[in-house]
Amino acid sequence: MSRLETTLEAAPGEPMVLNMGPSHPATHGVLRLVLELDGEMITRATPEVGYLHRGDEKIAENMTYTQFIPYTDRLDYLAPLANNVAYALAVEKLLGIDQQLPPRCQFIRVICCELARVSSHLLGLGCFAMDCGAMTVFLYTFTEREKIYNLIEALTGARFTTTYTRIGGLSRDLPPGWTDQMRQFLQEVPVTINEVETLLTRNRIFIDRTQGVGVLSREEAIDYGVTGPNLRASGVEYDLRQAHPYLVYPQLDFEIPVGTTGDCYDRYRVRMEEMRQSIRLLHQCLDLLPEGPINVPDGKVVLPPKDKVLTRMEELIHQFMLVTEGVNAPAGEVYFGAENPKGELGFYICSQGGGTPYRLKIRSPSFVAVSLLPFLLQGRMISDVMAIVGSLDFVMGECDR
Amino acid sequence: MTALELAQELRQAFGDFMAEPVEFRGEITLKLGEASKIAEVCHHAKHQLGFDYLVDISSVDYYGDDPRFTVVYELYSYQHRCHLRLKTAVSEEKSELPTVTTVWRGAEWHEREVYDLMGIKFAGHPDLRRVLMWEGYPDHPLRKDFPLSGRSSQVPEVAFSRPAPLEGGPFVTQPGGRDAGEREPRVRTPEEER
Repeated sequence: MSRLETTLEAAPGEPMVLNMGPSHPATHGVLRLVLELDGEMITRATPEVGYLHRGDEKIAENMTYTQFIPYTDRLDYLAPLANNVAYALAVEKLLGIDQQLPPRCQFIRVICCELARVSSHLLGLGCFAMDCGAMTVFLYTFTEREKIYNLIEALTGARFTTTYTRIGGLSRDLPPGWTDQMRQFLQEVPVTINEVETLLTRNRIFIDRTQGVGVLSREEAIDYGVTGPNLRASGVEYDLRQAHPYLVYPQLDFEIPVGTTGDCYDRYRVRMEEMRQSIRLLHQCLDLLPEGPINVPDGKVVLPPKDKVLTRMEELIHQFMLVTEGVNAPAGEVYFGAENPKGELGFYICSQGGGTPYRLKIRSPSFVAVSLLPFLLQGRMISDVMAIVGSLDFVMGECDR
Repeated sequence: MTALELAQELRQAFGDFMAEPVEFRGEITLKLGEASKIAEVCHHAKHQLGFDYLVDISSVDYYGDDPRFTVVYELYSYQHRCHLRLKTAVSEEKSELPTVTTVWRGAEWHEREVYDLMGIKFAGHPDLRRVLMWEGYPDHPLRKDFPLSGRSSQVPEVAFSRPAPLEGGPFVTQPGGRDAGEREPRVRTPEEER
């Protein structure tokens, strides 16, 4: 009898409970995992969430639609620009003005979404690789991410809390020289992506840690309602930008990367390719970017220009009504889902008319991704927890709301 | 098939309990009169009509109305590429309807969230615990009669019942002073709304 067998036989059959988090570097925020272990094997995993619950949906019921925009920054705080766009589009759908947005506004919003996607995936992949032991990748991706944050700061005045969109438009136009900085960045970022690719894609250790780990089949992914890159890694070719296009996505040329097995390695590959497609989209947007207004020409939706407010009666009334009462939305209910970096971020707005939502529900892709964990972790080794959690790439700010 | 055609088919199967489909901003909403039938309807929608993706479950509190709550199911069909909304009303006395976790496994956490924040129970749910608030929390914060400023917890030894770490700061309620509900100019109470 070998030494290993003796120890296993001698060990009592009692399961051990291991508490991982809520403060753990690999849990991407404050997620607590209660793991029941048999040796190194996980027999049951129970995620405990809610440590970042701020009651955003309750808060939304007590303020105007415009006042809620800053709260959307804090949902998926790694892609605030994309959240701003998704929320603005949801309210505009309720108002029925989503088809009237000026072309320049739509192009700038697409630039925002894709910039946010590159930034979110860079962080997601960097952390994923670091959780699997590849520290270098993290430093490479964070260098590029820093450049994106400089661009975002030039665009919105803030690095993280962007609050860039308004109902019916944008808070301001692109600053002078911004597109040149953007083109410079688009020249540099593919170099880093290629370097990350050479560091990871055929890296033996990384492949051993991720291939065949956390397999989510096509049927299971649909049954659990998984969205975004995690769904596409399982082989479902579904992207809201293509299936139900919004903004100017139909005019742009891009591909939807799809995985085959739905393991951690496929999720990594899908995100890598999505970044390349986003860069393609950004190039096209910069080439096609038209001149013109950035706001809907409707004084009852967008704040009128300041010089007119100070000189004309009608604009003064509009300004006063918008600031005190908010946009006058019709009664009704809408759901709008946007393809965010983490998956389908949806807003269900139930309006009874007036400037405040009666009920606003946030459909968060990270909440669904976390609900997968008991299923994906059961029967796996404890070292796989990092790989699986890292590859799902969820954010607790959005999960807990 | 379009969402309207699928909605009509669903209505044919459960005609007695379904209202006419309503269209608003290109979305179809079907209202189910009998909440206890929701699991059957969802099962039919998934297996006969191809609504294989449950996008979300949300709930609305129509405070002061009877029945008080409405549970809203957002369905999506990958095959037909269309979206359908199912709604059903639940009274406050009953506050319970059948679970749809048997139809979509993804419903488990969505139903836990509705239970946690709105206090509607789901019969047959495998693990109906709170999800965002902590175990033992007494209230359901998304109900309209729950104040925006929150309530002091009755449960000892939780963060709420001890002085807040920022006590004395500009955004913290002072003992004996005006509470957050009075200081907050935006606060909306259900009584004012009516």
